Amino acid sequence: MAKKITAPFTAETVKDLRAGDSVLISGTIYTGRDLAHKRLTDSLKAGEKLPFDLDGAVIYYVGPSPAKPGKVIGSAGPTTSYRMDAYSPLLMEKGLRGMIGKGNRTQPVLDAMKQHGAVYFAAVGGAAALIARTIKAAKVIAYDDLGPEAVRELKVEDFPAIVINDMYGGDLYEQGVAKYKKD
Amino acid sequence: MKEIQFDTIREAVAKLCIDANCLLGDDVVQAFKDGLAVEESPAGKDILNQLLDNEQIARKEMMPICQDTGWAVVWVKMGSGVRVQGGELYDAIQQGVAKGYTDGYLRKSIVEDPLRRKNTGNNTPAIIYADIVPGDGLEITVQPKGGGSENMSEVKMLSAADGAEGIKKFVVDRVARSKANPCPPVIIGVGIGGTFEKCAMLAKHSLLREIGSVHPDPFYAAMEKELLERVNKLGIGPQGLGGRVTALAVFIEAFPCHIATMPCAVNINCHAARHQSITL
Repeated sequence: MAKKITAPFTAETVKDLRAGDSVLISGTIYTGRDLAHKRLTDSLKAGEKLPFDLDGAVIYYVGPSPAKPGKVIGSAGPTTSYRMDAYSPLLMEKGLRGMIGKGNRTQPVLDAMKQHGAVYFAAVGGAAALIARTIKAAKVIAYDDLGPEAVRELKVEDFPAIVINDMYGGDLYEQGVAKYKKD
Repeated sequence: MKEIQFDTIREAVAKLCIDANCLLGDDVVQAFKDGLAVEESPAGKDILNQLLDNEQIARKEMMPICQDTGWAVVWVKMGSGVRVQGGELYDAIQQGVAKGYTDGYLRKSIVEDPLRRKNTGNNTPAIIYADIVPGDGLEITVQPKGGGSENMSEVKMLSAADGAEGIKKFVVDRVARSKANPCPPVIIGVGIGGTFEKCAMLAKHSLLREIGSVHPDPFYAAMEKELLERVNKLGIGPQGLGGRVTALAVFIEAFPCHIATMPCAVNINCHAARHQSITL
């Protein structure tokens, strides 16, 4: 039974989530991947205002394909998260509470999640047309010059994801492989 | 001499780009269904079902199966009896890729320089591998190849002393280290032999094979079967959440080799094995 949660996240939302929970996310999430993360963290370090409020924010690691006429967005599945690992701890320190991507995160990210109270979800890689149906509005709000890598504000309704890492150290990738590995 | 028009090639390539990105092969769809029958993990089954749903949506809407519409890797077999009229072959292919990626609302994922990284705006250049073959046909295959799976790929310069077990250990270990990153269930392309770069090309080319096909050399057919079994014991499963279906297929291409070397390349492909061909 999937949990329905709303983004931006309150601290309580994050505290309630455990590795393995299936969720349906509704509300506002922001897109960002490699180059956007560099710009966002450079701005933070320079004391500049960010294009969106980080407090409770959820970032989805995605570079969507262009929207066909009459559609809100193109195909929009997750990109691999480890490439954003260098930037995530600082964003969490400044208020980021949720990250959606795919693939495992490194220890500094997991530590920051515990320390600041954040959660990491996986969306299904390659189910990009299916996921796009849950995105009801999309607007570029920063770094338009980056094309697919621009920061977009997405309004989502029942966006499906699964908790990989909760704020308590739970790790679904580790649990899953341990259960099904054969020697 | 058979004349083929520049425009014909350009239009054909544009259509191949769109079709390859939106229409998944029957063999892959069947592999998802076969995977469902053996997968024990509930999360794994759910994911395979989502991938089947996704395939239907992409086909119906003619939208990309995956947002990473990748490099346009283009394989050409040009008959020696073919003459391209109205322009150069490579220009026709590049223009076709630009057209397909633009008209098809595919993602523009190529930057002009690896360090300065300005987007080229039209997903060119394509990467073209052309062979001159006997005859008067022009066979073109477009193979979109995404970045996530490329990042999990590797070439290793083994020695003859490492033997078949050395190859197998390298392949299985590469998949194990990849974990969820390349979007399992994966398709594993293995090149053995050749030079350093030829080996990698063999691995990429092997990914064009139909899932369920058997290697014509029984020696490598047996190795493909064993590798698939060993990889599926890793427990990584669909999207790395744990399960029995970590890989859908292993394909090997071997080539003559230098006496001092035994290169091995593993080109990982995600579950969206995308390729479409035409013969003009």
